[in-house]
Parts: sequence; structure tokens; C-alpha cells
Amino acid sequence: MPPMSARLVRLAVIATAAGVFSGLFGVGGGTVIVPLLILWLAYGEREATGTSLAAIAVIAAAGTISQGVAYGNVNVLAGLLIALPALGGVLAGTALQQRVSPRVVSGAFAALLVVSAGVLVF
Amino acid sequence: MADATTLEIVALLAVGFAGGVGSGLVGVGGGVLFVPGLVIFLDESQVGAEGTSLLAIIFVGALGAWRQHGYGNLRVRDGLVLGVLSPIGVIAGTVLSNELPEQTLKYLFAVVMLYFAFTLGRRAIWPPAHGGAEAPPRPDSAPG
Repeated sequence: MPPMSARLVRLAVIATAAGVFSGLFGVGGGTVIVPLLILWLAYGEREATGTSLAAIAVIAAAGTISQGVAYGNVNVLAGLLIALPALGGVLAGTALQQRVSPRVVSGAFAALLVVSAGVLVF
Repeated sequence: MADATTLEIVALLAVGFAGGVGSGLVGVGGGVLFVPGLVIFLDESQVGAEGTSLLAIIFVGALGAWRQHGYGNLRVRDGLVLGVLSPIGVIAGTVLSNELPEQTLKYLFAVVMLYFAFTLGRRAIWPPAHGGAEAPPRPDSAPG
């Protein structure tokens, strides 16, 4: 197989796996994309992160269409109400990165996720 | 949503902000907080929250990609190829999420959350020797 098509096959596998993850869980799929770009396509960590974000925007659009159009599962107003402060949050988080300990933040978010998972299930 | 109370709207805004901050700070956030936030505070069904979360992620991903492009961290062509080739997987995941019983989907989602918590917790306790949590500030990690 010529190198270009082998590469394309790998991208297709990553895209499909991320797509399943995204459609099933309503998340972007970066968890799937970033490690596979590093492992299979020799990406550096930052490039993998950056490239996955572009993919995530498109994958989420596909997911919004399939969840929304086929199943009526998209609450447009709620989605926009979340997106707006989230954009501000991304900028704030990036700026805060210079000032807070990554260890403390990682630990705090881990705790937040564990608590939320408990509340979600019970 | 039409009859959402002021408190619910404030909760949504807070969930969005927290997800965005998490995304910008530690690269985790977005959907993994949007979905439980919508279920817990807005009483959405699990699958309804997931669909709504995807709409919000479009914008977060686009902003992140735009910023990363500025840092030279974005291979536009591969990113678009990944997006364009995703629909088969997206449709399969969507169908599955709508077929699975609500409670099963919640349990699976909780497993994803715990996995994210595990990776973050590991970073908090044993930061990578270099290029990781204790490295100089990197204004560039936000894989949604």
C-alpha cells in the first residue's frame, strides 16, 4: 500500500473511533484522537492537541446534526447558553495557566469529576 | 427550557464557564462537564444532554482550534480529514446512545468521567518529569 493511503486509512480509523465516542457520549473525542495521532502518525503532543480541536469542531457538528435531526436530542437554547460562558472560560483558563499550580488544578478537577459522576449515577 | 428558572439559567452559565476553564487549564472539560451539568441542573435526559453538549462543543472546539492555529500547532488538512471521515462513527455512536437504556448510558458515561479523573489525578500526584504538569506554562492545551 502506498504511504499516502496507509496514512489515510489510519486517519479514517481514528475519525471513526472518535465519531463513535462523540456520538455515544456527547463529548468531543479528543481523548481518542490525541493519543492515536501521537502513536500512529508520529505527531508531537501539542500538534496532536491542536489538530484534534479542529477535528472536534467538525465531529461535534456532525454529532449535533445526527442527535438533533434524527432524534430531537439537541436543546438549542441550552447549548448556546453553555457555549457562550464556555468560550470565556477557555480564555480565562488559558490565562490562569500562567498563575496557578497545574497539580492543584488537575487534582481539583479530578475531584470534581468523581463527585459529578457520583451525582449523575445515583 | 422554555420554563427554565433563573436559577437553572445561572447553573447553565456556570457549567459552561467551568467546562471552558477546565478545557483551557487542563485540557479536560467541555462535554465531560456539560453533560452531567445538563442532567443534574436541568433535568435533561442523559442522551438529551449529550446532544446539547455537542452543539456547545462546536464553538469551544472552533475557538480552541483558532488559538492553536495561531501557535502553529494545527495541521489543518489532517484535522479536516478527521472531521470529514467521522460521520459513520458518529452515526453509529448516536444510534447506540439512543438504543441503550438511560441508566446503562449513565453508567458508561460515569466510567468515562472516572477515567478522566484518573488521568488528571495521576498528573496531580506524579507529574511527568518534563513537558508535563510542572513544565513551564503552556497556553495551548485544550483538547475539549
